[in-house]
Amino acid sequence: MTNNKTQRKGPVVFSDIESLSGLKKALELGSDKVVDIIKESKFRGRGGAGFPTGLKWGLAAAENEQEKYVVCNADEGEPGTFKDRVLLTEYPKLLFEGMIIAAFAIGAEKGYLYLRAEYKSFLAELENELAQMRKDNLLGNNILGKEGFNFDIEILLGAGAYICGEETALIESMEGNRGEPRNRPPFPVNTGFNGHPTIVNNVETFAAAVHIISKGAEWFKSIGTKDSTGSKLLSISGDCLKPGVYEVPFGTSIKEILKMVEAKDTKAVQVGGASGTCVPKKQFNRLIAYEDLSTGGSVIIFSNKRNMLEVAKNFLEFFEEESCGQCTPCREGLPVLLEAVDALERGQCSKEYLKDVVNLTETMQIAAKCGLGQSCPNAFVSIINNFKEEYSLAKINKKEKR
Amino acid sequence: MGKICAVSKTIVKEGKRITVCDETRARLLPVLHEVQGKKGYISDTDMQNIANELGIHPVEVYSVVTFYSFFNLEKKGRHIIRISNCISNIMAGSKNVQREFEKALGIKSGQTTEDGKFTLEAISCIGMCDQAPAIMVDDKLIGKVTSKKVKKILEELS
Repeated sequence: MTNNKTQRKGPVVFSDIESLSGLKKALELGSDKVVDIIKESKFRGRGGAGFPTGLKWGLAAAENEQEKYVVCNADEGEPGTFKDRVLLTEYPKLLFEGMIIAAFAIGAEKGYLYLRAEYKSFLAELENELAQMRKDNLLGNNILGKEGFNFDIEILLGAGAYICGEETALIESMEGNRGEPRNRPPFPVNTGFNGHPTIVNNVETFAAAVHIISKGAEWFKSIGTKDSTGSKLLSISGDCLKPGVYEVPFGTSIKEILKMVEAKDTKAVQVGGASGTCVPKKQFNRLIAYEDLSTGGSVIIFSNKRNMLEVAKNFLEFFEEESCGQCTPCREGLPVLLEAVDALERGQCSKEYLKDVVNLTETMQIAAKCGLGQSCPNAFVSIINNFKEEYSLAKINKKEKR
Repeated sequence: MGKICAVSKTIVKEGKRITVCDETRARLLPVLHEVQGKKGYISDTDMQNIANELGIHPVEVYSVVTFYSFFNLEKKGRHIIRISNCISNIMAGSKNVQREFEKALGIKSGQTTEDGKFTLEAISCIGMCDQAPAIMVDDKLIGKVTSKKVKKILEELS
């Protein structure tokens, strides 16, 4: 069911590693040094936002509180993303090891894995893994003989809300509330779960952190680009012969990716899922990197036969469904964008009206409260800008707009 | 409703750190999952009981239940078939899969069969785009669904 034909080989997460070498090294080095190595490696969060992980861990570690939390965000819901599914089913131990290292680094005694409801079928296997780790003294009290290092992990199940992948919405959900994002600051590193310092990291972030601690910052920095160190797991789907999860070093171009998955007659590539960017053919030299195409890992390939307005519409419908409705720009903006796509499809959208709508997307990008609201117009805007040949604007008198 | 400890917290008691069951609102989602799992839906009475136990207003429970798409206020079919309708799945033919199910069950997406056996739904990405078209049957993820597979799935569940 969850197996891929893909060979699991890659520069970081899918590279060979001795089991527990990361955790053992961390315990030897001490918590300050662990944070230093992560900082030194210039490692950034793999969920999509790209916040420097070392900074996050360092801030949480500096908080002078007894109660701290490590949370693994396994709520991957970005359309076209499935890399966490592979990590959760094939590399659970690596992921948990990463959480234990993080707990050691910041001084937390409790961790949670927030699992999306769609992945409920993995729950039993993950619980088994945790039970085994408790037996092996990898969880519990005085872990691996380290006096005073106590930590355990519980799994919490989401209930089908994309927005809960946003870290503050995820914390709200953990606290038993509607998954509505909070204002930031304060950031979870000082006011997180139940008001205590909390770090929320993506599944891939924890998995990669183990490799960094085990193999060192210099090794990690030798992979990728100057500003985007290391690698990225990509979930590749759409019009290609070999969809699946691939690990590539940062700095890999769209062109190289298309070749790797044997995509033919490609017109466009959506990088970063529904909230990402739609890259047209003439820009296929662009790179997967924080400084160019930043992504949580979703890569959807469209061949020449696809209609890009339909794609924009699908993404907007998705966002309209998943918007939490809390803030006005997102809640009220999305129906307007959808109407505009409808009007474009019917050939009844004038140039002026489209300009108004594009202005509205800018308002949404600036004024929406959370990442979802700010990024939901992205795909629409890039499709409107890059695929002008796919729609025709109505020539209507200005007075009777649309 | 029995007490379950799905969320725990660490407290300091007599100088020692111990893990205890979190009796606060953080238990809400786990409790809702428990009720939903047992009955297939969450009734008004359930919401009032849960609110009472957690010391919150029933309306707050209602607001949470209605926020999450995997909780429902009304009884659904014994088996819920969810079809992923993200763009990767649509490109791979998920609409055809949906039609196959609709034809075989005699219902539209969003409806439940008269005998109460099946509910059909179209939902957002389920994380199986590499094996599109993909569906969720109850908790199980199934990829590469063909019309032949649709028949087999329904036969197995009947």
